[in-house]
Amino acid sequence: MDAFRTRCSRRRVRLRTASVARRDPPYVLLVAAFAILASVAAHAQGPTYQLGRVPSQEEIKARDTAISPEGKELPPGRGTAKEGATVYTQKCAACHGPNATGSALHRGLVPLGNAKPVKIPWSLVPYATTVWDFINRAMPQTRPGSLTPDEVYALTAYVLYRNDVITDTDVLDATSLPKIRMPNRDNFLPAQPEWNPKAKRPFGYYP
Amino acid sequence: MGSHSHSRRRWFLTSGIGVAGLVMGAVRSLRGQTAAPTAPPRDTLAYGQPSPFDNTIRKAPGQGTAITDTALMTPLQDLDGIITPSGLHFLMDHVKGIPDLDPKKHRLLLHGMVDRPLEFTLDELKRLPSVSRVYFLECNANSRPLHGPNGESVQLVHGRTSCSEWTGVLLSVLLKECGVKSGASWIVAEGDESNKYTMSIPLGKAMEDTLVAYAQNGEPVRPHQGYPLRLVVPGWEAIRAVKWLTRINVVDRPYMAWHESGNNADTRPDGKGLWYRFELGPKSVITRPSGGQRLPGHGFYEITGLAWTGRGAVRRVDVSTDGGRTYKEAELQQPVLRYAHTRFRYAWKWNGEETVLQSRCTDERGEVQPTILEAAKNLGVTPDYFYEADHFNGIQPWKVNPDGRIQNALF
Ligand code: HEC
Repeated sequence: MDAFRTRCSRRRVRLRTASVARRDPPYVLLVAAFAILASVAAHAQGPTYQLGRVPSQEEIKARDTAISPEGKELPPGRGTAKEGATVYTQKCAACHGPNATGSALHRGLVPLGNAKPVKIPWSLVPYATTVWDFINRAMPQTRPGSLTPDEVYALTAYVLYRNDVITDTDVLDATSLPKIRMPNRDNFLPAQPEWNPKAKRPFGYYP
Repeated sequence: MGSHSHSRRRWFLTSGIGVAGLVMGAVRSLRGQTAAPTAPPRDTLAYGQPSPFDNTIRKAPGQGTAITDTALMTPLQDLDGIITPSGLHFLMDHVKGIPDLDPKKHRLLLHGMVDRPLEFTLDELKRLPSVSRVYFLECNANSRPLHGPNGESVQLVHGRTSCSEWTGVLLSVLLKECGVKSGASWIVAEGDESNKYTMSIPLGKAMEDTLVAYAQNGEPVRPHQGYPLRLVVPGWEAIRAVKWLTRINVVDRPYMAWHESGNNADTRPDGKGLWYRFELGPKSVITRPSGGQRLPGHGFYEITGLAWTGRGAVRRVDVSTDGGRTYKEAELQQPVLRYAHTRFRYAWKWNGEETVLQSRCTDERGEVQPTILEAAKNLGVTPDYFYEADHFNGIQPWKVNPDGRIQNALF
């Protein structure tokens, strides 16, 4: 883009000094204005290659199922740990063990997301939305994406209850879920790193 | 082992049928039944095979791997130059079974904070301006010190890194085509597999040099490496390099998705954790002679190995043949490429006495690979901390015994 701008301004200079320009001042102004307009247009990013298809909003929505930490994308629905325990027995216990403490085949869900040597106790998962999102998109492993929103709210509640984050009667829905403070949320540095290609790595990032 | 079964084994290992298929095949022939025709997917001449005398294969790490993971490590000790053959590229998958994606149906969707969301077919991506770049990938858990026999092999300790020539479209080309809105600062990339593997990457890196790759070493990206599309984020821990790439959402904050938090977050000795440690530190390792090998006698040997750094180019590699007391500069294979493996070579005459060989990498920013003791001092921990830590880039010492046996001398 920079190259394009330089080319435009060079053309402007050349036109100004050309003999036509000296003879016909209004024309010069017009050309100069056109050149400036052209360089402004080059700033607004337009598609260069005109390839690819513009998908409809519905198509995007169907594929955009990931949930961000604020939980803006969460669908309506609700569930408690009590309800979740029933679904868990039916759909999850076979792999994660009857009490979510693991089976011969798969690790348990307590402590949740903490396969590290437990140097920091409790779940290392930063946001409750992360748990909801993973269960919703990836579990049960044999049929990912098959759970209803109510089931996912209930299962998330059950898993969080088993990790001592909430009580078994707390109701989880699109409003309450993002408000849950996971135990290690504030134990991380920095929460949102600035990445700058020239920066020196701060202590602790090394090794 | 005969040539036929050898090439068949190679085919099993690279085609993903893996251990189960091997065991079944073995059982079948033991029973003396006529084996079902296990023809390789392509004729052995139509797709060339290595010599039957050559047994260069990936290996699974024995311990310390979750049962659900498929992990195979690159045989660094058997390779030369800087390119890892695609069939020997390491893999470390958290998916059970890999997705079987039809390139005709596969789509890459870019959306979110953009002027125009766009969806590309593979054919459309291939019409766009392409680049080919040699980049290494390295798992954040690579080089963790290991106890026991596994710790004696450069393949099993350091083989979670490989280097390929990746060809594809720069992500910046695709993002400019969509027009990134102001205020956007991250992208969230998703893979089309059962776990919906999702990773957040700062927009700065996405625009700088991140690649949407459809080819690896001249041919389509291998299924285990993300066929038909893989995101390659040069210099960064390979967990960012989303395989089976299908969606990029332009957003204004990281998502903290499952595989980029929780188990993959790092815990520090002071009780604090780290969400993100993108860049890999400068590292080098002598691949020959290395642990488990044996020198047949005193005399001349070329010491050779690989160096790499997440900060760009390797500036120099020094080799010590006396356990780190003195270092001399090794020769670097030219050209040295940024974010690529760099091959180093060093001429050495062994006098038959016990000694320790090790290498040290310095990168373009002047960052120097530490010894394990220096790394421990930096963090205020004891060296055994690194058994569980990620991003360990300590110097790897190999002890040469008087009988020629090479041993891991890290501890
Ligand atoms: C067929 C076996 C299977 C079933 C059934 C199953 N899971 Fe899983 N689950 C797994 C595997 C395997 C992983 C590890 C995935 C990975 O590492 O990416 C996992 C991981 C998880 C995790 C992340 C925990 C961690 O430490 O990695 C959660 C939470 C979870 N499952 C919840 C559930 C819930 C809730 C259900 C019931 C709806 C369920 N799972 C059913 C196999 C299963």
